[in-house]
Amino acid sequence: MLEIKEYVKAESLEQAFELNQKRTNQIIGGMLWMKMGDHRIQTAIDLSGLDLDTIEEDETQFSIGCMTSLRQLELHEGLNRWSDGAVRESVRHIVGVQFRNLATVGGSLFGRFGFSDVLTCFLAMDAYVELYHNGILALADFVNLPRDNDVLIRLIVKKTPGKCAYLSQRNTKTDFPVLTCAACLDEKGTRVAVGARPQKAMLLTVSAEQTEEIRKNGADAAAKIAEELAEQIPTQDNMRASAAYRTHLANVLIRRALLTVTEEVQ
Amino acid sequence: MVVTITLNGKKVEALVKPDTLLIVFVRDHGCYSVKRGCETSNCGLCTVFVDDKPVLSCSMLVARVNGCKVDTLEGLQKEAEEFGAFIADQGAEQCGFCNPGMIMNAIALFRENPDPSDEEIKEYLAGNLCRCSGYEGQMRGIKAFLEYKKNGGSR
Repeated sequence: MLEIKEYVKAESLEQAFELNQKRTNQIIGGMLWMKMGDHRIQTAIDLSGLDLDTIEEDETQFSIGCMTSLRQLELHEGLNRWSDGAVRESVRHIVGVQFRNLATVGGSLFGRFGFSDVLTCFLAMDAYVELYHNGILALADFVNLPRDNDVLIRLIVKKTPGKCAYLSQRNTKTDFPVLTCAACLDEKGTRVAVGARPQKAMLLTVSAEQTEEIRKNGADAAAKIAEELAEQIPTQDNMRASAAYRTHLANVLIRRALLTVTEEVQ
Repeated sequence: MVVTITLNGKKVEALVKPDTLLIVFVRDHGCYSVKRGCETSNCGLCTVFVDDKPVLSCSMLVARVNGCKVDTLEGLQKEAEEFGAFIADQGAEQCGFCNPGMIMNAIALFRENPDPSDEEIKEYLAGNLCRCSGYEGQMRGIKAFLEYKKNGGSR
């Protein structure tokens, strides 16, 4: 059960950061996962009054405020055109429209949840988080940091030219994923993120040479590289699937994602 | 804390606790169409509109909607009655417990996309669970309603 003694709609990021330094205070994001546990919060800090619920696009990047909802990600034409629909695909299976109107990008990323489709999707991209205290960090670095009392302000996604793909496996529609996989190809090679292992998403890279090999040799090369990558991914059992099943899925989803991102430039 | 909310077109001012959920607030103000279901943000029974967007009232603090417009099924009477008749025609209701949430979200769909495909209907309503029906009756009702609307409101 969630108990909140005080509620503050922050008037500035400085105020939110200062309040968040007290261990018993907490930023509430979309509050969906938080509500599922037993929490006693002295002061709930709400960032919804700080105009951080927009997606701004310019020639080089997307700047996504931490209070942007998953539904906004799903519907944003520019982001989905640029990501070949990967962003929409990553969120459209998450519960329902009503849920996605509440769940926030900041909440999903800051929690670094194992089940996060959003984290998996953006981890494969050239993405950064802007934190109030620690400044701008690559999402790939942020994902491995311990949770602290900083404030995630926005997600920055660079428009690095390339191709993106997102795949997930669920036991039933709208459930948590059994495994998630995103791949983004650019001139340096292909970044592959795998999440819901069930631990948080991890990033692997496929070199430009290997990517070229997939372009030339298609399915056989993709299968070989996917198998090699899947062997590097630690998986575990939980109520949704066994570690062995997840490892098998990792192999399949990585292969399909690699073929998807390379096929249009073959 | 004191919140001011425009609930179904009427301005309501109330003293609430910081952890009061929106579902508690709307039910305390007589909106009994808003049902408690799973309370784990999964079933869609508690769907209301906040500033015209469908949300789960079981998962939102009333403090956050201070100053906003909140609509429940009670506030959408005409729109809901018209569509609800098509659901009833198909016998899709059965126990009827999920119906208010489903009607709210279906109305949100029709407002956003007046001519949805079957796949778009299924995807939009994926967050509305029904334990009785298997969803076929609702689907028939929705399609019959859309056909009726396409024909300019005549059967």
